[in-house]
Amino acid sequence: MIKPEAKLNSKIFENDVEKKPIRDGFGTGVVKAGEENKNVVVLTADLNESTRTEAFSKKFPERFFEIGIAEQNLASVASGMAHIGKIPFATSYAMFNPGRNWEQIRTTVAYNNQPVKIVGSHAGLTTGPDGGTHQALEDMALMRVIPNMVVISPCDAIEAEKATVACAKNNQPTYLRLCREKTPVITTNETSFEIGKAQVLFQSKINFDEDLDFTIFATGFLVHNALVAAKELSEATGLLKKTKLKIAVINIHTIKPLDTDLILKYAKHSKMIFTVEEHQIAGGMGSAIAEFLAEKNPIKIGFIGVRDQFGQSGKPFELIEKYGLDAEGIKKQILAIISKK
Amino acid sequence: MLAGSGHTAGSLGMADIFTYLYFHELKHDPKKPNWSERDLFVLSNGHICPGLYATMAHAGYFPVSELKTLRKFGSRLQGHPHRTELPGIETSSGPLGSGLSQAIGMALAIRLDETRTTNRFVYCTLGDGELNEGQNWEAFMLAAKYKLQNLIVIIDRNNIQIDGYTEDVMPLNDLAAKLESFNWHVQEIDGHNFEMIDDAIGQAKAVFNRPSVIIANTIPGKGVVEFERRPEWHGKTPNEEEAKMALKELRTIGGKIECEQTN
Repeated sequence: MIKPEAKLNSKIFENDVEKKPIRDGFGTGVVKAGEENKNVVVLTADLNESTRTEAFSKKFPERFFEIGIAEQNLASVASGMAHIGKIPFATSYAMFNPGRNWEQIRTTVAYNNQPVKIVGSHAGLTTGPDGGTHQALEDMALMRVIPNMVVISPCDAIEAEKATVACAKNNQPTYLRLCREKTPVITTNETSFEIGKAQVLFQSKINFDEDLDFTIFATGFLVHNALVAAKELSEATGLLKKTKLKIAVINIHTIKPLDTDLILKYAKHSKMIFTVEEHQIAGGMGSAIAEFLAEKNPIKIGFIGVRDQFGQSGKPFELIEKYGLDAEGIKKQILAIISKK
Repeated sequence: MLAGSGHTAGSLGMADIFTYLYFHELKHDPKKPNWSERDLFVLSNGHICPGLYATMAHAGYFPVSELKTLRKFGSRLQGHPHRTELPGIETSSGPLGSGLSQAIGMALAIRLDETRTTNRFVYCTLGDGELNEGQNWEAFMLAAKYKLQNLIVIIDRNNIQIDGYTEDVMPLNDLAAKLESFNWHVQEIDGHNFEMIDDAIGQAKAVFNRPSVIIANTIPGKGVVEFERRPEWHGKTPNEEEAKMALKELRTIGGKIECEQTN
């Protein structure tokens, strides 16, 4: 059942649940951040409207910089501005930022330890018709392997707004992953958000000393699909010859630094875990968790994500279904693995 | 020589310009490297940092004796500059082509805070081989778009890069014409002539509606006849014998004056 402490959207499982693009949350968040701190500046690489920096550019035109289609320049100019005390949000599509300018981010942002925020929008398969060249499925891996870099993947527009405001204050190089499409609003304004602190959103009732059958760690808008899958699996009877499966779902909005305390706690009390992300399995959020648990608490892991493939053109949620990342697809993969035991 | 690796030719070639900047032109305070009103110097061609480190030491940023630690484990004088290691270094560099972008970011931020009345200047040196990197040209376009009058670029036109002479490896041809067409104010000088350097910087500072670039024609390895104009000295260090010979030649200006220092 949904954890009441998480203060989630009460309509989360309804068919008419409110939907908003995660990138919209960044758009409103960066205006808020700009209001709170006059040193916040925004740079874009010819994608003002689609990365949602337009509102900021109209409210603070002197603090908005159009760099043109030049992502390498984008990252390094942002670094230079940070050196003079600005808090720059350098925005473009994730495939180009950090895709194209990875080295500039590594050297001029991370190695220089400048508090630049790299905002990668249109990440994942849901970029849709533009096709595989534009669907970043490797960006979390690219950013998390760099020292000093904080990596955040918000689950909905409300969380994205909070994440934007929070990372403007964290004084660290930060990567913020956004996506294009309208996705379900999972959280509310009252849901807590702290960089580096994961949230338990769903947990079956278990007895003292009893283990969960599995915990799902999910990130991005797929948190919603994971919740739907968990709800249906936990209500079904007769699976695995049990009365009911005991499941928890945790929102990993911060890929780096991971909330290792919470992850360890749930790994210790679960028979196995699953990870769900709109990203290659190689190097993604699941991989990060596996690295940590392999050292501290080895446990069987079922990775759910993109299996070493590129994206392709299609309707956004048609692609999600084809790649097995909708709620049904997640359920199927989970059942296939837990039945094998 | 003590480090066992490093970049000789460019360090020697730019010594005059470094001297001019750190001992005459830059508004700075070696005892207050974070002084909020200082001019900024960005070394985009970070590999010639031995020249910069030596200049900074003599200017008082850190003890001259620390120069012996170049490239050694634990040293603040990293093989390529690391911003967070050494006070007075404005940015890390080494991977070529990023310095100008960063200098632009600094100039833009200063102008945002202080408007175009600012008298804080950002100086950025680039190598000529470095101009092969496309990011530089993104940066040239952007600086012209924003008419960055407080940005002054100095290109070390020494005609060498690792694989040979620049005009053989990747011809730059008429560099001045290229930069003029990008809407920069362009000057060409002898990079070893202090009067020309002084005049050019003065002109550059006086230009208001465009960023300025000074193409400094330099001799790589300047001052040691055996090193001069040879591409192989780009990334090579002298052995002990070569170092002794070179230091003697530099200190006596090719035998023209006496010098007591022997080590």
